[in-house]
Amino acid sequence: MKRTGNVRRSAAATTESRWVRRLLIGVSLAFLGLFLMMPLAAVFAQAFSRGWEVYVRSLGDHDALSAIGLTLLIALIVVPVNTAFGVIAAWAIAKFQFVGKSLLITLIDLPYSVSPVISGMVFVLLFGRQGWLGPWLDARGIHIIFAVSGIVLATLFVTFPFVARELIPLMQAQGTEEEEAARLLGAGGWQTFWRVTLPNVKWGLLYGVILCNARAMGEFGAVSVVSGHIRGETNTMPLHVEVLYNEYNITAAFAVASLLALLALVTLVLKSALQWKTAEQLAPEEQGYTGD
Amino acid sequence: MISRPFVAFGLFSIALVSIAVFAGGCRQSADPNAVEILNVSYDPTRELYKEFNRVFAEHWARQSGQTLDVRMSHGGSGKQARSVIDGLEADVVTLALAYDVDAIRRKAGLMPKDWQSRLPNNSAPYTSTIVFLVRKGNPRGIKDWNDLVKPDVSVITPNPKTSGGARWNYLAAWGYVLKRELGDLAELHDPNSADAVAKANEKAREFIKEVFQHVKVLDTGARGSTMTFVQRGIGDVLLAWENEAFLSIHELGPDKFEIVVPSISILAEPSVAVVDKVAERHGTRAVAEAYLKHLYSSEGQALAAKHYYRPRDAEGVPEEYMKRFPDVELFTVRDVFGGWEKAQAEHFDDGGVFDQIYKP
Repeated sequence: MKRTGNVRRSAAATTESRWVRRLLIGVSLAFLGLFLMMPLAAVFAQAFSRGWEVYVRSLGDHDALSAIGLTLLIALIVVPVNTAFGVIAAWAIAKFQFVGKSLLITLIDLPYSVSPVISGMVFVLLFGRQGWLGPWLDARGIHIIFAVSGIVLATLFVTFPFVARELIPLMQAQGTEEEEAARLLGAGGWQTFWRVTLPNVKWGLLYGVILCNARAMGEFGAVSVVSGHIRGETNTMPLHVEVLYNEYNITAAFAVASLLALLALVTLVLKSALQWKTAEQLAPEEQGYTGD
Repeated sequence: MISRPFVAFGLFSIALVSIAVFAGGCRQSADPNAVEILNVSYDPTRELYKEFNRVFAEHWARQSGQTLDVRMSHGGSGKQARSVIDGLEADVVTLALAYDVDAIRRKAGLMPKDWQSRLPNNSAPYTSTIVFLVRKGNPRGIKDWNDLVKPDVSVITPNPKTSGGARWNYLAAWGYVLKRELGDLAELHDPNSADAVAKANEKAREFIKEVFQHVKVLDTGARGSTMTFVQRGIGDVLLAWENEAFLSIHELGPDKFEIVVPSISILAEPSVAVVDKVAERHGTRAVAEAYLKHLYSSEGQALAAKHYYRPRDAEGVPEEYMKRFPDVELFTVRDVFGGWEKAQAEHFDDGGVFDQIYKP
């Protein structure tokens, strides 16, 4: 109720005529429809163009199942690790003062600004047979590049800013008073973390986790470089879509693509729900502060 | 004290990453009766090896009692060679040209120098050539190489830097000009006509430059180019492997495309080899060698022909497959360019002719 009130007030404050408003809204909707909804609809239309049976068969294929399994495995490893890393980094940056802090913030952003292809190549340079650690690993029969490990590493690299980036502004805004109070009242380290820090950032954290997961499942560039494209072994879902497409297997390609799109849609719905909740959670707090 | 949870988190993530990296890194099969090999191949062989792998697995089971699982990796030939050099664990490679296999020997030392003479026919169990794929009815009237540079004709070919097929395309076009200028390719080996040969090479260079001015999209691999042409509908003519052109027509219907065979083309010899060092480490040398030898058997040759590769030995290959291959004058890289090593250094290495004439 309060929100709609706000919207009305701000709408009344603008001076544009009704027509300008309608035009702007119309243009944005048409744009979204043309460049977002239509392609998405096309993916599903292609996927089901030969019926349910073909769709299910395409997803039940051995190589497709292996790609789905690998993608889930990657997400299962990468998301918890980057969540832990994100919490640590955000804590360090928000609550401590130290030399090189701004450098750390810049470094966390690095994977955002580096092309994914380069991210993949870095690991080939490090762990490839011709790479720095290659001969040492080779002699011990350990293979990182062109194996699941390489895909895990590349995905870790590409997705590591997501959680940290969500948490840093949140934690910086909250300061350390509540934790200090908890310590004064005799709470231990774990207790303070679980009872004070975590509840304060939980929605932001979840939001970061969801974004991280979406990217981990969808990453193509970096994974493509380190995967080796072995069918049924090191092909993730995005890579498998490309393989199927290149084999004139268009329907199957779009079936797998539709599953990826579905994962993205679920992620998006979850994200919106969380965003809404976060806004609700923050609103009373802000009011509390201004009330002081 | 507040940092204790974070130390725990840090240790936890380090542990998880190490487990993931090392557990994934050490591959081992538990079943002594199951054997697995990885065939790293180039783009257009997907359909051929899909069927050949199944046939060979049955053959191997009868012969040795082992269950064989052949894994495949496909991509542009040059890129695939690069991956093997960087550590992709290929037991066998089946690439588009000898040069790419040789790159694995030179850069990573994974096989002996004489690899090409270990199997018959220069280790190329099947051959192909370069033809044109055009849209139905041939609206641009493309009949031979010189039609590629007609105004408004747009050509699709992959990038010779990354694709084996693209290098064959390039050399086939070059050879066409030499033949046109010299009348007979035998002139190339006649010391008296050195001047004429130099002039013909200059003409060829100009021609290739002009062809690449007509190229709209340079994909990294042959299959990417085919998709650009047939699926995305870009371009008037696709320079393609004969097998790839046949496959497009077979997959997408003869009502959409047709094949144009030029007056002269190149004999493309895709090479196969066991990657000795990898196969030895995996203990798969016997099965890897048998796998490649089986390509030369009448069963392997018939399968190659079925998937539109020209077999080396027509004996035992069904007539219906053989009659698909049109007669065309073919020259070899050895005859016209003095072998792959020379052709590669002169045309495709950094600073070579291709770099000089192609400005995107």
